[in-house]
Amino acid sequence: MAAATQGRVAAVLSRLMQALPVVFGVVLVSFLLTRALPGDPAAYFAGDAATPESIAETRAKLGLDKSMPEQFLIYVGDLLSGDLGVSLSTGQPVTTELARRLPASLELTLVALVVSCGIAIPLGVLAATRPGSWIDHLCRVLVTAGVSLPTFFTGVALIYVFYYLLGVAPSPIGRLDFVYLEPDRVTGFFLIDAALAGDFETWLGALEQLALPAATLALFTLAPLARMTRAAMLSALSSDYVRTAKAAGLTTGKVLFGYAFRNALLPVVTTLGMVFSFTLGANVLVEKVFAWPGIGSFAVEALVASDYAAVQGFVLCMALLFVALNLVIDMAYAMIDPRIGFAAK
Amino acid sequence: MSALAEAPRARGAWAHVVYVLRDNPVTLLSFSMFAVILFAAIFGPALAPYDPLATDAASALQPPSASHWFGTDNLGRDVFSRALVATRLDLLISVAAVLLSFVIGSVLGAAAGYWGGWVDAGLSRVLDTIMAFPLFVLAMGIVAALGNTVENIVYATAIINVPFYARLVRAEVNIRREAGFALAARLGGNGHVRTLAFHIFPNALPPMMVQVSLNLGWAILNAAGLSFIGLGVRPPTAEWGIMVAEGANFIVSGEWWLAIFPGLCLMITVFTFNLMGDGLRDIVDPRRRT
Amino acid sequence: MLSIKDLAVSFRTRRGEVDAVRGVSFELAKGETLGVVGESGSGKSVTSYALMRILDAGGWIKAGEATYSGVDLRRASEREMRDIRGREISMIFQNPRAALNPIRKVGAQIEDVLRRHGKATSANARAKAIEALEAVRINDAAARAEAYPFELSGGMCQRIVVAIALACDPRLLIMDEPTTGLDITTQKAVMDLTRELIRERGMSAILITHDLGLASEYCDRLAVMKDGKIVETGPAASVFGAPQDVYTRRLVDATPRRGVSIRSLLPAEARTAPPPRPALGGPLLEVLRLEKAYPGKSGPVRAVKGVTFTIREGQSVGLVGESGCGKSTTSSMLVRLLDVTSGSILFRGEDIAAIPAKDFIRHPLRRDIQMVFQDATDSLNPRHAARDSIADPLRRLAGLSGARLKAKVEEAAELVGLPIHLLDRFPHQLSGGQKARVGIARAVALDPKFLILDEPTAALDVSIQAVVLNLLADLRAKLGMTYLFVSHDLNVVRLLCDHVIVMKGGEIIEQGPAEEVMDRPAHPYTKSLLDAAPQPPAPAPRLRAAV
Repeated sequence: MAAATQGRVAAVLSRLMQALPVVFGVVLVSFLLTRALPGDPAAYFAGDAATPESIAETRAKLGLDKSMPEQFLIYVGDLLSGDLGVSLSTGQPVTTELARRLPASLELTLVALVVSCGIAIPLGVLAATRPGSWIDHLCRVLVTAGVSLPTFFTGVALIYVFYYLLGVAPSPIGRLDFVYLEPDRVTGFFLIDAALAGDFETWLGALEQLALPAATLALFTLAPLARMTRAAMLSALSSDYVRTAKAAGLTTGKVLFGYAFRNALLPVVTTLGMVFSFTLGANVLVEKVFAWPGIGSFAVEALVASDYAAVQGFVLCMALLFVALNLVIDMAYAMIDPRIGFAAK
Repeated sequence: MSALAEAPRARGAWAHVVYVLRDNPVTLLSFSMFAVILFAAIFGPALAPYDPLATDAASALQPPSASHWFGTDNLGRDVFSRALVATRLDLLISVAAVLLSFVIGSVLGAAAGYWGGWVDAGLSRVLDTIMAFPLFVLAMGIVAALGNTVENIVYATAIINVPFYARLVRAEVNIRREAGFALAARLGGNGHVRTLAFHIFPNALPPMMVQVSLNLGWAILNAAGLSFIGLGVRPPTAEWGIMVAEGANFIVSGEWWLAIFPGLCLMITVFTFNLMGDGLRDIVDPRRRT
Repeated sequence: MLSIKDLAVSFRTRRGEVDAVRGVSFELAKGETLGVVGESGSGKSVTSYALMRILDAGGWIKAGEATYSGVDLRRASEREMRDIRGREISMIFQNPRAALNPIRKVGAQIEDVLRRHGKATSANARAKAIEALEAVRINDAAARAEAYPFELSGGMCQRIVVAIALACDPRLLIMDEPTTGLDITTQKAVMDLTRELIRERGMSAILITHDLGLASEYCDRLAVMKDGKIVETGPAASVFGAPQDVYTRRLVDATPRRGVSIRSLLPAEARTAPPPRPALGGPLLEVLRLEKAYPGKSGPVRAVKGVTFTIREGQSVGLVGESGCGKSTTSSMLVRLLDVTSGSILFRGEDIAAIPAKDFIRHPLRRDIQMVFQDATDSLNPRHAARDSIADPLRRLAGLSGARLKAKVEEAAELVGLPIHLLDRFPHQLSGGQKARVGIARAVALDPKFLILDEPTAALDVSIQAVVLNLLADLRAKLGMTYLFVSHDLNVVRLLCDHVIVMKGGEIIEQGPAEEVMDRPAHPYTKSLLDAAPQPPAPAPRLRAAV
């Protein structure tokens, strides 16, 4: 009905509006985190070799001598112009640093997620359709073991097995072995850029480097996705509408995919948001293990060097990324579920 | 709760725990493993064969042997002793963090679920904001801002876990707000707070226990992850995350025992917590009684 | 056409094998409608699932034969069964809204079935689906086909379920509790429609229901099931009129209907002298222009629009209406769980509406106004043993403790016929009837003057309903309580009440002495409610006296 479509458009709009207070909250929290620095923030931002004069200068420059609301307004103003301050360790604006490293992190995260969805969802579906079978048990073992694995430990173990013992993986030193040249930057995703340049060797080299870190992340996200898919599929299969469909003689394929799976997808899509949050966090650890030059390892280096502007910039950047991803997920949800337009107030 | 039913109830509760443990071998296994971990946490420092901090350059990087079960690290410290002693610290961090978030989350969630309105709206906004951060990243930011100490690791871990409890309790309380037994409690002379605290909230406990067990695991992973990247606990303190981080440097040259053993300890502990969930739920759920 | 012989169905559960159906045999002729009647757990639904071979996981046909037009339903391949389902045998289920795929347009769901059985091509499926909707008398079918189930009412959803079932012109229709959750007038509309369609198409049908009255009105023949077996079969009129089996007789007796007294619901040997009718005193409760409005999108929504009535001391008043008529809102305000928007409630002259609901807890009248809730399962705290549930109000409102509390709890249990040893059980360890007794004991333990009964028997099987209704009548006589009985079922209200109030759309449309309202309804809506209730043939009294 036209009303339903209209309701859905309205729901999408209202979802966009709902994101605004969250973005505001995120900015506020990251502002508060900056001001909550132990000791004198000005001393931190001025750096280790600061003199009292340079600290006072920094204080004035950062506007720390002004009232909190004023400081917040200045902070927001800086944000809007893309200014996150200057990184102490590299001397570059934080925004530039983040922009340069973001594609590396995104490439790793997205590849890991695609791999893990590609395995977890079919596995969950199979386990739910054959309860008690070996695949069901496999799914259960994977799910319980998977959530217990610390990502940094999985990474270390994989390196030991595949690099040291088997020698099939390249050494964990970043996105590309130095024998290859970085492909011309178009998207910043090496796999895409190398493919665009038609450089198959580099593409393969990038893939080899990517394989272990992506597998580490994928193993980590596999468990919650498979668990949710299995549970959602089981509850959909035991629902009344599936029984109606069966009683109407619909084929197994139609019942399974047309009726049960599409309904089971709804909670899975919701879980995907949660999984994103985990992945972005685990990213930091995996990047450190594999010396992956993404924003995570940038943040870790910054933490060690007490480079707070960089850390805050990183936190804010991750949060905004996550808000955007959640928005996309909710839109996807609204596309699948017609009820959303009416449930939204 | 009542004097007249207390004596048989206490016996019944104990019998129920025994019944739950007997009924499910997985639950029994997980509780036994938990007992071992608890034992290590309490008596670990007394039992450790070597001083976890004593360096011995002469016996650095030795593989596992009869005298050093888990080998020695680059400074010649005994990995087994370090891993054993670390149990207490890791357990303390996660239990303290989960306890904090359990209490805060329950109070906030129960209030929001029962009264709704602006309490609910306000809380939802705050929770949405917390959840808008990738949680580990937020914990990093909080520890970086508050200062690099163990207490701050606990606070950060508690803050990022509060939304899980608050949302769960909110939902569980909300569906029971108008339940017959809640209305009956009010007709029976219980005010709103009493009804909420003694009649509605206890019914949210079974699903919360599952959450607690999952969260204990996450909390340990989170704390270990933070120390892995150099936040929180500082060397030379024995802690699993740091030990894995230090050992990671040696993995490419084949000295696997430095990282693998503390990593396994971490994994087994988290695994135990995850397995305990169903058992904990069954223990607090009277409907499991027969 | 359908022949079932010694059918047995078992389920594998964690506690071993459970026999759900143990040797059921019946025949169904072409054009015949068979009613399968039984209380919960009798195996009536499982029998039909077994025929369709759609048993839940762990269930299988253990023994017996089922033949449909020469096809062996037990041994047919899954492929053959899929061709039979929907095309030869169709099924409609209880809870129509859940029976439809929530995220697929209803028209598309009909198209799926039509295309599956080759009754339509992708080109004409839409038109055929609309035809199928029109066949079940849905107005504006083209627009409805574009709707999702959540946009439609329960009755409309059930029509669509019927449309799906009948889309491919099956020859046998199995209806599994098709009217559960529907209002009584909607129930009648749906049942009348299906009967008409079944007759038009010369189909056979099986109606599975717990409601003996409904079955005997709509079926040619009845089969009564108990514990997985058929205890009696025969033409509807004779099964209902002259039941041969002891269980059937109890079921017939327990079915509330016109012209019977509350005691005759009980098995013959349990019938005692009817409780004396308490003498009516002065007005206990005077409700004046009571109104409740909730803030809505476009102005306030008035759930109760200024109702006025009086309940006299010792009286039992029935408050009747369909879902959404405002009867529950009204009773919530009377029991002081809900604040009123305007109007007054005078309890022996004192306006209790003026006291906010949250302060009424400390009011001395709190003890005097109590309520028995609709669903006994939902109204008992799952974490409290029966004893604690009954004791809590006594401790809070009567200030009892220790031995006196224990004595009072046991006295209340005795009063409602609950064995003392059950007091230490948790709700999940009690049966439906026992839980209802706990709920009643909790309310009457306080010796209230005024008791609101909110559909206290709605979730119970009829035989237990009969016992609980009689218990309530006895308690009223013994304790001198005044009742407000809230119900959707006029036949039940008639048994327990002297005075009836009928509500619709937040207003009282008719009130008066029970017999008068029941026998000579002044308002057409009351009349339609009375007509919608299934009217089973009256049992022959002479025959019963003879047995």
